[in-house]
Amino acid sequence: MLEVQNLKMYYKTLRGYVKAVDDVTFRVEKGDALGLAGESGCGKTSVALTILRLLPSNARVINGGIMFEGEDILKMSKERFRKEIRWKKLSVIFQGAMNALNPVRKIGDLISEAILTHKDVSKEKALDLAGKSLDLVGIGAERIERYPHELSGGMKQRTMIAMALVCNPHLVIADEPTTALDVLIQAQVLKVMKELRQKLNLSMILISHDLSIIAETCNKCAIMYAGKIVEYGDISSIFKNPLHPYTKKLMSAFPSIFGKKRKLGFIPGFPPNLLNPPSGCRFHPRCPYAVEVCKKKEPKSIQVDKEHYVACHNIK
Amino acid sequence: MEDTLVEARNLKKYFPIKLSLIARLRTKEPPAVHAVDDVSFKVKSKEVFGIVGESGCGKTTTGMLLLRLIEPTSGKILFKGKDLTSLSDSEMRKLRRKMQITFQDPYESLNPSMTVYGSIAEPIQVQKITSTPEEVTERVTKALEDVDLVPPEEFLYRFPHELSGGQRQRVAIARAFVLEPEFLVADEPVSMLDASVRSRVLDLMLGLVEKAHCGFLYITHDIALSRYICDRIAIMYLGKIVEKGRIDDVIKNPLHPYTEALLAAVPVPDPAARRIETVVKGEVPSALNPPSGCRFHPRCPYAQDKCQKEEPQLVASGKDRYVACHFPRW
Repeated sequence: MLEVQNLKMYYKTLRGYVKAVDDVTFRVEKGDALGLAGESGCGKTSVALTILRLLPSNARVINGGIMFEGEDILKMSKERFRKEIRWKKLSVIFQGAMNALNPVRKIGDLISEAILTHKDVSKEKALDLAGKSLDLVGIGAERIERYPHELSGGMKQRTMIAMALVCNPHLVIADEPTTALDVLIQAQVLKVMKELRQKLNLSMILISHDLSIIAETCNKCAIMYAGKIVEYGDISSIFKNPLHPYTKKLMSAFPSIFGKKRKLGFIPGFPPNLLNPPSGCRFHPRCPYAVEVCKKKEPKSIQVDKEHYVACHNIK
Repeated sequence: MEDTLVEARNLKKYFPIKLSLIARLRTKEPPAVHAVDDVSFKVKSKEVFGIVGESGCGKTTTGMLLLRLIEPTSGKILFKGKDLTSLSDSEMRKLRRKMQITFQDPYESLNPSMTVYGSIAEPIQVQKITSTPEEVTERVTKALEDVDLVPPEEFLYRFPHELSGGQRQRVAIARAFVLEPEFLVADEPVSMLDASVRSRVLDLMLGLVEKAHCGFLYITHDIALSRYICDRIAIMYLGKIVEKGRIDDVIKNPLHPYTEALLAAVPVPDPAARRIETVVKGEVPSALNPPSGCRFHPRCPYAQDKCQKEEPQLVASGKDRYVACHFPRW
């Protein structure tokens, strides 16, 4: 359904190119939920913005293609993408819903605006649809006349979800949808998203720095480090048997309220500067298993299991 | 049992709402946000005590009250048996050397126009610990080494904007420990940091706490992480402690329905153990007008009539275990 192939996207700055997305390849099938995980600055949001074609003007797509339902959306004209794809088939739930809603407009108007742009319906019908989508996320159509400031954080986030779903998209990209929320509210929002995904047979890309959230909601997972996908595959395979040293280390850093108390892991050093990333494997300066070849040659992604790919020289 | 280092006794903090003159004359009781409402606990020396709760539950206010950074409405704060609320400002300033705090946001808690050296040296100068510049430099260097910012010379004259989040938080920690405190309050010290550096910063902090033999109050929203750090925790909801006890007891066997809900909502990094199914409905009510009786009753799945009318007291329930619920989950 969505296939990202060898995508390279750099930001042009005065000091050179920031290699934010470098040779990224993954696929999302119908009904899939792909978790895109990584630390801040690893390029996960840049991937999302490239797919949505919402990049700032200094961004350059150097290479690669994004096939969405059989068409390369990078080759489409801007106008056509806006009219036919964005929001209609491919929508997004942004990080920090608190600030993503226009504070001077009622939420019903905000949602119906999206409908009116894409569908040829009357204002009344659009408001009706907006109410239905608010029902869907558990806010209730009666709140259609409310302004964003009258809603709590969790409700605003759910309004964002309603807005993203109102045109019946085929794929939703959720960028850190629960980051600013409390645990109980986060659980509510994740539950709503999970139920909707099943009910509407949606495909989803969930971007998060929190592996726990991805483990909780997705069936596929891609781990990004410094603009590259280092490990990709089926969620249970990756969590049960992480192969890349970065994935292993990252997982050991996450606490769990179950099981044995073990010492939490950490990764020494700092993420690299993407203006001038390390040669060879980008993780080698921080990797405890690095050998000579890691400094020189970039590891290719190899298949280790049916649905499990990893890019590391030490994995044969 | 070790000695009690810091004790909060029936601590209350109400923030009054500003009203117009007419409105003030009309109301008998001016409205106030009940941020912290009758909270009592003890922190022993050499112990890590955690306060866990959602945003707006009063955990940060409690931390600030303990250091008297804000004045309590009523209640007592005892530091080694001495009541802080009765101390004068100058006495308090002397005591502050022994009580330090680090804040959540390392991007805001450091002065952007001060070098790392300046930030760490400032408390030494304010407390008049030493007057010779050589000794100040020596202490600052040592503090930087303690938080693993090595070599210290490389960091001394940098500004906060030249450091990463993890490095900044370490500077903030160095600044707190340079005074060799006996009690440290850390308000969400790692919530803004990436997972890969989070545990490193916590390790450093715990190491320093252990070395200095100080008491440590760790304030957090993350109950999963607190499991790895705290000896005892208190769960707060809307300004009240609802449950208190040793960390393993609380997590294995939560007694209060709120604790139970909190634990059930924490995502687990294991796809085989998915369990976010039943979740508590609704949101935290306003602390301006908290619900009658048990404050959790509107959201509690087990609430009965009694919960609406009568406020449950925090009562002992087993060894070193307290719960404030009419119908605890035995």
